[in-house]
Amino acid sequence: MKRIGVFVCHCGINIAGTVDVERVAREAEKMPGVAFAMDYIYMCSEPGQLLVREKIKEEKLDAVIIAACSPNLHESTFRAAAEEAGLNPWQCEIANIREQCSWIHSDRKKATEKAIKIVGTIVGKIRLNESLEPISVSITKKALVIGGGIAGIQAALDIADSGYPVILVEKDSSIGGHMAQLSETFPTLDCSQCILTPKMVAVGKHPNITLMTYSEIEEVSGYVGNFKVKIRRKATSVNWSTCTGCGLCTEKCPAKVPSEFDRGLTTRGAIYVPFPQAVPNKPVIDRDNCIYYKTGKCKLCEKVCEIGAIDFDQEDLIIEEEIGAIITATGYETLPIADLPHYGAGEVPDVIDGLAFERILSASGPTTGEVRRPSDGMIPKEVVFVQCAGSRDPERFKPYCSKICCMYTTKHALLYKHRVHDGQPYVFYIDIRTGGKGYEEFYHNAEEEEGIVYLRGKVAKIFRDGDKTVVWGTDTLTGRNIEIAADLVVLATAIVPTESTAELANKLRIQTGPNGFLSEAHPKLRPVECINAGFFIAGVGQGPKDIPETVAQASGAACKVISLFSRDHLEQDPTVAWVDEDLCSGCRTCISVCPYDAREYDEEKEIVTVNEALCEGCGSCVAACSCGATQQRNLSDSQIKSMVTASLGGE
Amino acid sequence: MYKKLGLDPPCSPPILLDRTKVRGEFGLQVDELSGQHLYACYQCGNCSSGCPLAQEMDILPSRIIRLAQLGQKEEIIRSNTIWICASCFQCTVRCPKGIDIQAVMDTLRQIALDEGVDHFGPDQIDSKHAAEVPQPGLVGVYRKLST
Repeated sequence: MKRIGVFVCHCGINIAGTVDVERVAREAEKMPGVAFAMDYIYMCSEPGQLLVREKIKEEKLDAVIIAACSPNLHESTFRAAAEEAGLNPWQCEIANIREQCSWIHSDRKKATEKAIKIVGTIVGKIRLNESLEPISVSITKKALVIGGGIAGIQAALDIADSGYPVILVEKDSSIGGHMAQLSETFPTLDCSQCILTPKMVAVGKHPNITLMTYSEIEEVSGYVGNFKVKIRRKATSVNWSTCTGCGLCTEKCPAKVPSEFDRGLTTRGAIYVPFPQAVPNKPVIDRDNCIYYKTGKCKLCEKVCEIGAIDFDQEDLIIEEEIGAIITATGYETLPIADLPHYGAGEVPDVIDGLAFERILSASGPTTGEVRRPSDGMIPKEVVFVQCAGSRDPERFKPYCSKICCMYTTKHALLYKHRVHDGQPYVFYIDIRTGGKGYEEFYHNAEEEEGIVYLRGKVAKIFRDGDKTVVWGTDTLTGRNIEIAADLVVLATAIVPTESTAELANKLRIQTGPNGFLSEAHPKLRPVECINAGFFIAGVGQGPKDIPETVAQASGAACKVISLFSRDHLEQDPTVAWVDEDLCSGCRTCISVCPYDAREYDEEKEIVTVNEALCEGCGSCVAACSCGATQQRNLSDSQIKSMVTASLGGE
Repeated sequence: MYKKLGLDPPCSPPILLDRTKVRGEFGLQVDELSGQHLYACYQCGNCSSGCPLAQEMDILPSRIIRLAQLGQKEEIIRSNTIWICASCFQCTVRCPKGIDIQAVMDTLRQIALDEGVDHFGPDQIDSKHAAEVPQPGLVGVYRKLST
């Protein structure tokens, strides 16, 4: 019989505050197979780990149980410690008496009883644990980055700079994302284009980066290190290899389409380059708005193109690539004003959103940086900024804080004041949140020195009255309602994930949270990884954040990919499903329940095998298998029976 | 309309805000006379929370500053706050933004006096209670009248 050691952690007062850890250790000692048990204040600390290593040798232990926090946190820590002391890592198990016991109970006596039972179940399990070896899989050292905003750009550059090839896929015709639309950036007021466009050019020229714009992810299969990705290169209707980007076609196009880049403040042609600094600087034909595609007549672009680059018959292309790791950086959109009926539902012309105001402030924008309102081009003298337009409103809109609005609204008000000296900006807010280096100082300067008036309260209603836009708000600091007859109103609309995020997440089989943002594996300790191995996330697609945070997260995700690629083989957890070939009837129920496509039918043997590299060890097929042919390593039926028995108080 | 119905006028009418009020004569006057900068105040409320006479005031000191920021002169000079203020400097020493709130209060009293607004004078204290009034309070009352 195995000699089992049990190590009970106090976790400071996290466990010991609710559970009598000494008693747990004493009771554990009486369990069959347990040769040694003890408790210690911080088992994960170096002295704690040293204790485990020493006791394995001194007590000649064959298996150890650490009764502590969730295995998510420190299973790998203790398995490494056990291995160092000469044990097979799979002879080390965690009994979770913190998240599943001390943290959720208050009755010390009952919690202690439960902790003893939890330890008992793991004792029942570990008695039958096999010694395993990790599964080794090869790795394709090529990364895929989805999304060409600042997050995707930064991640692609970091990976490419370390020598690995990267494919950067962007659904629009140019990279740059929302950052390309911004005028200046808080809190230093450096010009967004000036700091972004050199990076865009670097992406375009980097020998290790294959840029695929106007492209979308069609299908993803495979597993970490060995993904197969199908990318749809949408028909641009322009032969980019011959197009010189002269711009003649875009000038001559007679179609008038609201410019997405300028937030509808200007128009573009049906054949267009989204903005002058685009990378690649090549046009595409928007077939939904092209006169030729709609009526069969026009082809003016073809006539003016001297080199004959226009190709009306071009078709979408599907490209297949082998990829080792995927970074998703799908970014954000803002809640449409049309969704905000109390703020005019988009029908009041001088109520615009923050991104539109960025374009108005931008030197390359529709007014070349002069602040003029959309309705009549007047220079507005009373400008109201409304924060939390859809954010922090769990009953009607979004429950979360969009995080960047306090700062960008302050920047907006400041830049407006710099341009219209006799104008007055007002900011309605619920709270001003300025957590960030230099942010609080930026806000204070705006309020104290620049004459921006902050009014604490939500705006109830915005409506048109003559050429004025009336704002009904409140100022809880005076306890009085406020009415302002404004010339222009700028709404800090809620940040939402891009429309395609949900569909893409589905294709990649990565998780999204309740508000549609991509989910990280751990909110603190694994902020750039997905639960599924080989997938990483960066930027606002994961949650609202500003540029410095986005860049940091993108570099973090890139670093994770680089560290993955620095190995020649990947080691995977071997506690996966396996099949007793003699018992398998080939019914294929397992194939239908497997969420990871890890079960494959073997035509020759007429059984269903397990692709160990794909299997995540979830156990669905094990539960579904009607003939007991599928078992999971170190979670066999007999182990589970033994665990159930222990949890019911038996032996 | 209120009179016709025999009702009191509304006590919290909305503030119709525009740039002549927030950067208007009143705010500039307060800034100039007090040597302070009203817009430095970020409404933390420390002056109110530390004020030993706050319970006697109809408008808390921090809200007085706020009303001044928004140009609400009438409301301020009709409040009892500026007269209850004992000029004890508690607010001034507590202010995290270094605003001498006592100086602002002095200024507001000055403006109120200039406007001929009624105020509380030492002659209104009857002899029975005069002995109980703290000396700094009495000095404050005279000081207010002499500024």
